[in-house]
Amino acid sequence: MNETILIDESGKRTDGRSIDELREIKLTIGVLKKANGSAFIEFGKNKIIVAVYGPREVHPKHMAQPDKCVLRCRYHMSPFSTDTRKNPAPSRREIEISKVIREALEPAVVLEDYPRAAIDIFVEVLQADGGSRCAGITAASVALADAGINMRDLVAACAAGKINNKIALDINDVEDKEGSADMPVAYLPNLEQITLLQLDGILNKSQFTECLEKSLQGCKMVYEIQRKALMEKYFGNDLPLDDENTEEIKEE
Amino acid sequence: MLEIKKKYVIPGDVIVEGNYKPLMNVIKKENSIISTRIGIAESSKDGIRVIPLSGIYIPRINDIVIGKIIDNSSLSWEVDINSCFSAHLAAQDIFGRDFSPARDDMKKRFAPGDLLTARIIAFDRTRDPMLSIQERDLGKILHGEFLKISSTRVPRLIGKRGSMIQTIEQATQTKILIGQNGILVVSGQNHEGMSLAFQAIKMVEDEAHTSNLTQKVKDLLNVQDESPQKGDNTTVGKEGYINNNENNSKTNDIETNNNNSEITISKGESS
Repeated sequence: MNETILIDESGKRTDGRSIDELREIKLTIGVLKKANGSAFIEFGKNKIIVAVYGPREVHPKHMAQPDKCVLRCRYHMSPFSTDTRKNPAPSRREIEISKVIREALEPAVVLEDYPRAAIDIFVEVLQADGGSRCAGITAASVALADAGINMRDLVAACAAGKINNKIALDINDVEDKEGSADMPVAYLPNLEQITLLQLDGILNKSQFTECLEKSLQGCKMVYEIQRKALMEKYFGNDLPLDDENTEEIKEE
Repeated sequence: MLEIKKKYVIPGDVIVEGNYKPLMNVIKKENSIISTRIGIAESSKDGIRVIPLSGIYIPRINDIVIGKIIDNSSLSWEVDINSCFSAHLAAQDIFGRDFSPARDDMKKRFAPGDLLTARIIAFDRTRDPMLSIQERDLGKILHGEFLKISSTRVPRLIGKRGSMIQTIEQATQTKILIGQNGILVVSGQNHEGMSLAFQAIKMVEDEAHTSNLTQKVKDLLNVQDESPQKGDNTTVGKEGYINNNENNSKTNDIETNNNNSEITISKGESS
């Protein structure tokens, strides 16, 4: 088979990255005023905005659960997010991704704390470049934290895959299309649990192990970025904690 | 029990390991206490808790809230308290035990759109919050400007023993009612004072987690402090608060120096 060359002799990929290098990630928190929590992520060329509303009343009412909160998620790609216009109606793929994002976030959210309520997550892809579900999960978990929803852990997501028979971290659009495998993984870094694992392509056992190992490393790197963004947003220009400062904040 | 240093946490952070009791916004996983919110972790002799810095209002029993009447059934009013649960105010609470839906006209006491202060007397995960106004200073709010802030900023707006809110009220000649749910009603005689109060409240909301906020608010309101600030304070004299500020900022109960029937929540009232 005549494969496209995705890794050149010096080990550089099409966008100049090395084999286990992430794309550049920029994470901004609190970009939407009306939403309870929001985040904007630039993951390479991906541009995704996430809004979180809730906990709020459930409509339609019959969807409400008496013992826990309903988590609803909508992943949507804007018509202008790809080079050929994308029909704005939800496609099969978007419905599926909405579901896997919801399932990747559900274990992190303490749903039992908000009975009879709903949390809505809107993931809007403004520009797509491969790996948008991982970027979406990463931004959504930060937006949930920004919304002040009780969470057991943040969720960090990152993909790894096989290109030119080598396992590479963070597959971009070209590598996804031309490469031979793509494996997105979402991970709870502190609880050490995997909440999403998909695989498109064929890997043998050792390749799979390597691929999983690499994507988990990627998740940990993503987590550090999430953590830094949250810390900067909430405690950015703060003095170190002393009693004088916190006394007033905690006053109730 | 070992005293733990206060620290900033995000969800998933292990606050401490060992046999501690989880109190608020934390969960216990095996032997470690994990934060579930963005906030400040602290320990007391009872256990570990996190003071959150974001989030909507979740009702708690005994909180005083400001709500808006949405609707009424034949036995109760439905009240919007800025939360994911709508509260109920029982008609019996107002009309007494012998309330009869046939005889008493509920619309005469509270119509949809009315604002009221009330205490949450019952709430748990299985039912919506119940309100009561059977207390001095609770009940319908007749005048004022409506304002919403995040409920996590309410303690900061009140300040130590009500110091922040007193500073704002005195400097702007306004009365500010605060509900624990983040709803405020501001009333005052003149527009300048009102808009100054709005600015100060906005400032507290935006910069709640920064230190030295009281001083920043004082600068905004041109309140003279014990330690003189740069700039002239001529505008202070115009508002006539230059003298009594020093005395009043040390009184610790707001209610005692309010001479009308409106209430402000002070430390003693909230839990």
